[in-house]
Amino acid sequence: MIQLAGHRPAAADPTPPLRTGWWRAVPWRDLLGVAPFAAYLLVFLGGPLYFVVSGALSDADGRPTLDNVIASLTAPQYRAAFLSSLQVSALTAVIGAVFGAFLAYAVLTGRPASPLRRTVSTASGVLAYFGGVPLAFAFIAALGQTGLATIWLRGAGLDLYAAGFRIDSLTGLGLTYVYFQIPLMVILITPALEGLLPQWREAAENLGASAWAYWRLVALPVLAPALAGATLVLFGNAFAAYATALALTSGSIPLVPTAIASALSGNVLVGQQNVGLALGLDMVLVITVVMVAYLALQRRANRWNRR
Amino acid sequence: MTRGRRWRAVVLALAALYFLLPLVAMLEFGLRAPGGGYGPANFLAVVRDPVLLSSLLTSLQIALVAAVLVIALVVPTAVWVRLRLPAVAGLLESATILPIVIPPVVMAAGIAFVQANLDGPLFRELFASSLTALTPFYVVLALPFAYRAVDNGLAAIPLRTLVEAARNLGASMAGALLRVVLPAIRSAVLGAAFLTLALVLGEIVIARILLYTDTFPVAIVEVGRSQAGVAVALSLAALVLTWVLLLAVSFAGGRRTGAERTP
Repeated sequence: MIQLAGHRPAAADPTPPLRTGWWRAVPWRDLLGVAPFAAYLLVFLGGPLYFVVSGALSDADGRPTLDNVIASLTAPQYRAAFLSSLQVSALTAVIGAVFGAFLAYAVLTGRPASPLRRTVSTASGVLAYFGGVPLAFAFIAALGQTGLATIWLRGAGLDLYAAGFRIDSLTGLGLTYVYFQIPLMVILITPALEGLLPQWREAAENLGASAWAYWRLVALPVLAPALAGATLVLFGNAFAAYATALALTSGSIPLVPTAIASALSGNVLVGQQNVGLALGLDMVLVITVVMVAYLALQRRANRWNRR
Repeated sequence: MTRGRRWRAVVLALAALYFLLPLVAMLEFGLRAPGGGYGPANFLAVVRDPVLLSSLLTSLQIALVAAVLVIALVVPTAVWVRLRLPAVAGLLESATILPIVIPPVVMAAGIAFVQANLDGPLFRELFASSLTALTPFYVVLALPFAYRAVDNGLAAIPLRTLVEAARNLGASMAGALLRVVLPAIRSAVLGAAFLTLALVLGEIVIARILLYTDTFPVAIVEVGRSQAGVAVALSLAALVLTWVLLLAVSFAGGRRTGAERTP
């Protein structure tokens, strides 16, 4: 592909003097082209988020207060919900990242455009984004009371349910989450793995490095920011997920989204709605921290990109 | 070299086991007949049960409208960013991660607040049916991966050359987009549309919290409370259908570019 130099026809004044102000350098007319996209996100993503924040910071009559936020952070049932949400997110993010990276590398070392690669990449898309409901039923079919894997394991002398396993427990939920975390990791990490230049490995080998030394001293340091960033996205993904839990358990596992949903549905005290929104605000803050860290890591990861 | 191959085979075999086992279990579970033995009864529930059938039609309608909106938003924006605003490409790519991690439950909470507290003809229109109420927000959830899919498609074609050639021959910008760029990236666009379908067939959080219970995934979960076999069978059918569609697009796209390289 031919990359033309110069991204846009030079404007009438190609080098705006700094003194006239920085806004001269901003291509305002060009920014209009992304305005519909930005406006859509502002209305349909920014709108709901605005009402979450404003509702979280006011009481049932609309007066500003911090009580909801304080309640959402101190009440014992919400603390328990945050703890198990953070646990299951962190654990499935790390497991998904490790296995997803290995799987992505195993697929990448095959022929490009092979049926294997197409199968894995399309299946990753479906499983990573299909999310919740079908996966919940897949695991009910496999590891539920009468599931196929449960029956097989019982035949092999291992009775999961006698050992205390339940598919609608935190463990069962974690197992199901890994099923979409691994595919998401494959999607996220494949570009970074493709960016490992063969020349680096050749150079390392010519200098006498073993495969292990190459990975430890060259490849892993280069990949580290991308791996850490992708793990953070996986964490955010699991932290945000609720459909699986909803389909699997009808709300018996204490997770933050479960707490939000029950506060919103109003089957608790009046005024709990605003506490539900405050829990939503807490989630958004956690996600924001994760995303800021991800963007910082992404910047480091791009250092080795030739683009 | 053989050690590398063996390592690869082990990883792929483990992955195949972990990913195929639940699918095989779904098939076995879905084929179990209510009275014992095996039969397709659970799969046929979708045509037997009018509630399930109408919910499927509702969800397909939502998916269609959402896919059209997603493509109308994403294709011009991605083209524009590649041609005119490469400086914001990185920013936009990061922004497209956002809806992956924005909790649907939080979006639902904000929308529920609007639903309960704001009134007016505009809002009444918006919340009139599951189609009008859910579609705009499913579009938001679908934007990140649709943007990625389309942008990858654009990276694979000589976009600037194509657009400049079309413009030199007298096409308007919109004409160049519709008649040159869109056909050139059609497999990426179809991929984005099918992933939107996947999302719509799997989303229950927003629908449940806003009390729109007539979509397919919500109906499946409801059925699953009493007839797990039906829910498993239909989930499998939806999963396999979407995947086959994506796989077909992937192979069709691959053949096309392969054929073009040998004139």
